[in-house]
Amino acid sequence: MTLTPLQTIIMIGAVALGTMVTRFTPFLIFPDHREPPRFVTYLGKVLPAAVIGLLVIFCLKGISLLQAPYGIPELISVVCVVLLHLWKRNSLLSIGVGTVMYMILIQFVFI
Amino acid sequence: MEKKGYGPLWSLLMSSIAFCGSMQYVAITLLTAVFDPLQAFLLSLMVNARHLFYGICMLKKYKKLGPVKNFLIYVLCDETFSIVSSAKVPEDIDRKWFYFWVSFLDYSYWVVASVIGGFLGSVITMNTRGLDFVLTALFAVIFTEQLRKADSRISALIGAACSILCLLAFGPQNFIIPSMIAILLVLTIMKGRLKGSFSESIMGGAGASSETAAEVNEIAGAMDSTGSSAIRTSGQVNATAVIRESEVAE
Repeated sequence: MTLTPLQTIIMIGAVALGTMVTRFTPFLIFPDHREPPRFVTYLGKVLPAAVIGLLVIFCLKGISLLQAPYGIPELISVVCVVLLHLWKRNSLLSIGVGTVMYMILIQFVFI
Repeated sequence: MEKKGYGPLWSLLMSSIAFCGSMQYVAITLLTAVFDPLQAFLLSLMVNARHLFYGICMLKKYKKLGPVKNFLIYVLCDETFSIVSSAKVPEDIDRKWFYFWVSFLDYSYWVVASVIGGFLGSVITMNTRGLDFVLTALFAVIFTEQLRKADSRISALIGAACSILCLLAFGPQNFIIPSMIAILLVLTIMKGRLKGSFSESIMGGAGASSETAAEVNEIAGAMDSTGSSAIRTSGQVNATAVIRESEVAE
C-alpha cells in the first residue's frame, strides 16, 4: 500500500465517478419524458448487435497472431462454441463446453 | 488486491462502489502509483466509454421504471447489458423486476466473489488458467444468435468487422473508442437499410441446476492468488449464473 487510506478512497471515488459518467450520460440527456430523436431510437435498435460484435473482439484482443500459439486455442474454442450453439442452441452447454475446451487447450496442449 | 497490500475490505469497497470490471484491474495499478485522482477519473472515462452505447441501447427498455431505474443504470455492466438486451422478459413477469434481479444478481455475485477472493486468494491453488474464457464464450453465443437472425445479422457483422479493423490499426490498448466511432459511422451510413431487431430469444433451452451455478461462482471467487483476478473471473462466471437465473425465470 503506497497510498494512505483516505487517498485510496478518493481514488476509488474518482474511478467510480468516471464509470458513472459513462453509464448515466445517455439517460440524463434523454430522460423518460423526453422523446429521443429518431436517429437515437434507430441506434438503440441496431447498436446492441454491433456492440456484441465489439465485445467478442474485446475479449479476444490479447491474442498475438505473430507469436506461438498464434491464437489457435482461442480460434478452436470459439469455433467450438459457435458450432455447438448452432447445433444444440443451449447457452449453458455451449459456454461450458467451450470454456472447458479452452482450459484444456491452454493448460495441457499449447503450454 | 491482496498482493498489493490491500485486504478484503478494500476489494469490497472497490467492487461495490466502482463496479467496473476491467477498469478495476487498471485501478489496482493506479493505487500503487502516485496519488492522481484526475488521471484515474479520465482513464476510467476512456476505459468505460463503451457504457455510453449500453445506455443508448437501454433507453427504451429502462423507460418509466421509477426509482429502480437509477440502480439499474448504476450497475449496467457488460454482462448485465448482454443479458438484459438479449433476453426476452417472460410475459407473466414484471419487466422492472426481471431487469432488477438480473442486475442485482450480477452485481452481488461480483462483489461477494471479490471478497471471497480477497480472503481465500492464497489458500486455494487449483489451476484456473483459462476460466476467464467463460465471458468470451457468453458473448460468442449471443453473437451467434444475432447471426442467425436476418434483422440483426448485418449489425453484428458491422460491429465485429469495425472492431477487428480498429484492433489491427490501433492495437489492443486503444482500439475501443475508434471502434465505437467506426461502428457509429457505418451504422449512420447504413440507416434506412437496416431494420435492427435485436434477437430476443436466446435465453431459452434447458437450464442447469442452481447449485452448479452457485458452486462455480464460489470456486471462481475463491481460487486465485491475487484477489484482483478473482474479481474478474467471478464477474465472468456470474454471467453464466445469471443466464441460468433468467432461464429459471422463464
